[in-house]
Amino acid sequence: MIRLSIPLRQALARLTLPLMVAAAFGTLLLGKADTMLAERARTALADALAPVYSALAEPLRAIEETVAEARNLVNIRSENARLREENEHLRRWHAAALALEAENTLLRRQTNFVPDAAPSFNTARVVADGGGTYARAVLLATNPAQPVRKGQVALDERGLVGRVTEVGARSARVLLATDMNSRVPITLEGSRVRAMMVGTNGARPRIAHWPEGVMPQEGERVVTSAEASAFPAGLPVGVVRFSASGTPEVELFAQLDRLDMVRLFDFGLRGILPPESVARPEPRPGRR
Amino acid sequence: MARPPLRPSPGRPEPAQGLLRRLDGIARAALPPVTTAILLVLAAAPLGLPALVPAVVLPAVFFWSVFRPVSMTPPAVFALGLLQDLLTYAPIGIGILTLLVVHGLAFRWRRGLAAWSFLAVWLVFCAFAAGAAGLGWLLYAVLSLQLPPPMPALHLALLSAGLYPTLAFLMTRAHQAMQRAELDS
Repeated sequence: MIRLSIPLRQALARLTLPLMVAAAFGTLLLGKADTMLAERARTALADALAPVYSALAEPLRAIEETVAEARNLVNIRSENARLREENEHLRRWHAAALALEAENTLLRRQTNFVPDAAPSFNTARVVADGGGTYARAVLLATNPAQPVRKGQVALDERGLVGRVTEVGARSARVLLATDMNSRVPITLEGSRVRAMMVGTNGARPRIAHWPEGVMPQEGERVVTSAEASAFPAGLPVGVVRFSASGTPEVELFAQLDRLDMVRLFDFGLRGILPPESVARPEPRPGRR
Repeated sequence: MARPPLRPSPGRPEPAQGLLRRLDGIARAALPPVTTAILLVLAAAPLGLPALVPAVVLPAVFFWSVFRPVSMTPPAVFALGLLQDLLTYAPIGIGILTLLVVHGLAFRWRRGLAAWSFLAVWLVFCAFAAGAAGLGWLLYAVLSLQLPPPMPALHLALLSAGLYPTLAFLMTRAHQAMQRAELDS
């Protein structure tokens, strides 16, 4: 260490603080003038501290887990009470469901009700969006062993997607319900009113041609109707929403913007089929 | 110290000589800034509370500036401020300047403060925390040419004032231990 005389050392000691303040102002201006410098310094510091933090991460996680565990134990009582209450509630619903089921079987026996045949379906993967003649259509990769027929109804796990319009050997095109050319006969479930759902190329198709005197209600459920025997009755489509300008629209249940798999149902309906644009003969009924 | 050179009092280790004693002295002098820096680094990332960093470093700088100014020198304060600014993603320099101002004022008034009771020192520190938070806010406003929200500064002042008793308790223990060691050697 360099030996300094006491007055000199005192003078230096008195001088360090103003010097450091000046240096602080210098850093302030430097950091303001060159933001990249601060970023680089931060990155270097983070690099240097990364091993320390990674060494600390394990005990910290243990502490956090212990704390979370303790909190869970504290909450378990109220959780238990809530679950008991919910269980009671569900039991009541269960009883109600059983009663309704029994009543249903009873009524069916009295009315000679013929139940719908369970429709057959196969599943296909969506491989491409758009293309073809239509603005809103998807291309499916289909299995040649399971022939797809024109007019089959495509649903995803939530609701109606569209109808098969073109069929190739290994692919099929589905016209989505949002396309401008799509017209789907619908029933408003609350009022049992028939109407048409007209695609607009937008996310929500419009509702058109509902009878006079009845107005679609906001939030009303929309299902398909068997009118024109293109769709079976009662497939879930969406709910009624009013646009900003006051036109009734349908918010679809199906997530048309992120389709990955669709189910193609064959209800055996041959009401209105899309016009022929791909040269592929309809499979003979005998072979199916 | 008046002590027989050959027989040190029994039960007490002989003070280290030469190099060891120098190392001991250096370690003691470096303890306050180094522990503060470690505390800062610990408060920064794993706890996920970046607001804790300035609130931890402010009591430490104040305490050591008052009670052990030999260790908390302006360069050490500068380095701590730089570390704080780098860890908190604030504009660089604001933390340095606030800490230096706190250090300077605490250093100037240390003779009066060191004699006061703990409660009085805490009250003074509360004023210091408010002032430091206000200064930081003002510097940020000047630097970015717009009024930053006042809540973070308020949180900082309250948090550091609330953390002071705990930290001061630990630091007082360390300070007393160091004083004893210095008297022994």
